[in-house]
Amino acid sequence: MTAVHLKIDGKEVEAQEGMTLLEAARSVGVDIPTLCHHEKLEPFGGCRLCIVELEMRGWVRRVVACVYPVEKNLVVRTRSETIDKIRKMILELQLAHAPDSPQLLALAEEYGADKDRFEKEASFCIHCGLCVRYCAEVKKKNAVGFVDRGIRKEISFIPAIAARECWNCKECFELCPTEALQAAYVLTKALTSPSLSTEPAPEK
Amino acid sequence: MPRINSYAELEAFRKQLQSQRDPNRICITLCSGSACHATGSGDVAKSIEAELKTQGLSGAVDFRRTGCHGFCEKGPIIVIHPEEICYFQIEPKDVPEIVSQTIKEKKVVERLLYTDPQTGEKIVHESEIPFYKYQERIVFGSNGSIDPKSIEDYLVIGGYSALAKALSSLKAEEVLVEIKKANLRGRGGGGFPAGRKWEGSRDAPENPKYVIVNADEGDPGAYMDRSLLEGNPHCVLEGLTLGAYAIGANEGYIYVRQEYPLAVENVHIAIRMSEELGLLGKNILGSGFDFTVKVHQGAGAFVCGESTALMTALEGRVGEPRPKYVRSNIKGLWGKPSVLNNVETWANVPLIINRGADWFTGIGTEKSKGTKIFSVVGKITNTGLVEVPMGMPLKDIIYKIGGGIPGGKKFKAVQTGGPSGGCIPESLLDLPVGFDELTQAGSMMGSGGMIVMDEDTCLVDVARYFIEFLTDESCGKCVPCREGLRQMLKILTRITTGEGQEGDLELLEDLAETAKEASLCALGTSAPNPFLSTVRYFRDEYVAHIRDKRCPALSCKKLIAFHIDPEKCSACGMCLRKCPVEAIDGGKKKIHIIDQQKCTQCGTCFEVCPERFAAVRKISGAPVPPPIPEEKRTITRKSKEI
Repeated sequence: MTAVHLKIDGKEVEAQEGMTLLEAARSVGVDIPTLCHHEKLEPFGGCRLCIVELEMRGWVRRVVACVYPVEKNLVVRTRSETIDKIRKMILELQLAHAPDSPQLLALAEEYGADKDRFEKEASFCIHCGLCVRYCAEVKKKNAVGFVDRGIRKEISFIPAIAARECWNCKECFELCPTEALQAAYVLTKALTSPSLSTEPAPEK
Repeated sequence: MPRINSYAELEAFRKQLQSQRDPNRICITLCSGSACHATGSGDVAKSIEAELKTQGLSGAVDFRRTGCHGFCEKGPIIVIHPEEICYFQIEPKDVPEIVSQTIKEKKVVERLLYTDPQTGEKIVHESEIPFYKYQERIVFGSNGSIDPKSIEDYLVIGGYSALAKALSSLKAEEVLVEIKKANLRGRGGGGFPAGRKWEGSRDAPENPKYVIVNADEGDPGAYMDRSLLEGNPHCVLEGLTLGAYAIGANEGYIYVRQEYPLAVENVHIAIRMSEELGLLGKNILGSGFDFTVKVHQGAGAFVCGESTALMTALEGRVGEPRPKYVRSNIKGLWGKPSVLNNVETWANVPLIINRGADWFTGIGTEKSKGTKIFSVVGKITNTGLVEVPMGMPLKDIIYKIGGGIPGGKKFKAVQTGGPSGGCIPESLLDLPVGFDELTQAGSMMGSGGMIVMDEDTCLVDVARYFIEFLTDESCGKCVPCREGLRQMLKILTRITTGEGQEGDLELLEDLAETAKEASLCALGTSAPNPFLSTVRYFRDEYVAHIRDKRCPALSCKKLIAFHIDPEKCSACGMCLRKCPVEAIDGGKKKIHIIDQQKCTQCGTCFEVCPERFAAVRKISGAPVPPPIPEEKRTITRKSKEI
């Protein structure tokens, strides 16, 4: 592994090649907020909250820290007026869907986000995809997935798999940044639908 | 067909084909591209075949169904060679006369010729018609003369000679150098230099490498890639093969929309024929170079035109863009170096190899070389596909080639670059078309869509329309695009329905900024453009909608009312009969009035009121005058006076 030297918020950081900016920052205690990141999972780059500023040859460029790989001599700023403004907007957009999420509310406080800026469409799910990816990448079960696309996109448990796999797992619940409300709701619905048994399926 | 094993054999085969063709022999070409297909060229083709038989000319005259000729407004189009007599809007009933008069008697059928709307003069030859005269059709030109299902046709006009030249006398690197020197920029959207993209893949250490054709044309109203792939699939294949040779790829893909059945069919035929001749497959022309091409049909998602989403879809997964900051020419399809170029970009490659980079850079502007095909649609007299040298002012495309705005209306804006492009106002009509020029004006070249709008178009509603399209097509992966567009659409909808609020413009600007800065892929970062460019040039229209609840173009239904001018109404009863909701009250010699409570603003009364009365008018942002009192409604004027 080659060491890569860069600067994050003025701190000299020695990172390993192949690390992301987020990992490098966290290794020296610089906090970058995230909603869709989980260290056990492949970077997703969906919530865009971890956006940071890079300075390269006098140019300022904005990238998301959970995906961008460390490069030598990079100068990274994790806060700026523009960054804070973008994060504020992202939080406000998400709060329209999950207005009571403690994680979102705590971030809203820090970035001055107004939870009532947009009309509420409380669907609880903010499409971070943690449950979907955890089930696929860590548990290798694919019991929950995304259906449809764009603004109609939602998560859904696949009843046939969920009835078999979810009863004794439910590990995705605590990953949910909106307090598992949606996950629990959808799961319950899938498991209690009249066509399916409410008991766990027998072990194979 | 025999397999061709060398450069010399190809040339001998070409010579043989050419010698079999008599340049003086009569040949009828009929446009059979998608647009003409829709206007009935299939039936015309049947009548031509039947009529040639009836009149005993079956073996004496060639008949060829070609790709799109470009002048779709006037289709179906027939061109009779060698004289190049050009007939428009042909119906099956015209065919017997064409065969008996033009083919047999060498007489021109006047009524089927193009009439110049300016001079009233009849024009016989295609090349003299203003629509064609100002174009420079280096890429698109062959479309009208070859049968896309025939590889012989392509060989006769010199097809595959660029490939033969490259394989026989150029090193792979020299092909790359020529493309770089030509400064060929991607015709699909961003205008990224193709040579640099290729070089990145060529230099990438990993193997295998891939070359891919992006034929996932998704812009509403744009069909140039479709027409090129339908009408001249071999030129795209030849370009792709040259690209593969240059970067060292042995496999290629054509990602084409499933909604383009003719393109899919023709490209399949083209691949099969090229394989039979040995122009694709193992040991092409005896050079030792292997290259195979597969066709992948896309399932119609706009976002799959984005490079990483296209590659993800090609791998068989959900077509969503990848978040990685590694270019796909380094890590693309299956994580391998992959060059993705658009149909038109690939089609330019054989021309450059054949005629040289110096020839190519002689066309166009300093930074945008060659030509560009635009699909010119909307409020324009000559709808169609237009190929012009880069640098031609927008004004010339719209007026000289496009024939201006129909119906005596005033030009208002031209939207370029597809849904995420922008609207360019009249004050910038002298702008030369080029990648950088259009971007500076807040729009973009995109893949070459050009939608012309007249004074009746509301630009706020146009922005709403495109944002709605993009909202629908967003993959939903990242927040700034999915949620930002959702909110932008809500706000734009409320502005166009008279519910706009103070602060809406600022909120839209904030949302646009976030989407532009923070979205994952190019669809998201360019998605706010329809709003940004219209607010840049037409801010007063937004303000009128929000503050005065007025639509200056008199187009937004919730902001307009229809009113019958009592001075002008002649009680003809047209509107009364046609109103679908019985909102009009009237009678014989009785001035008609519209019940505003019942009216649904459908505009039928406005459309049907005879032009000589023009009594129905639209009102926006002002109160509708009260209906005239009952006793004054009887018309005493003599109708003859009017």
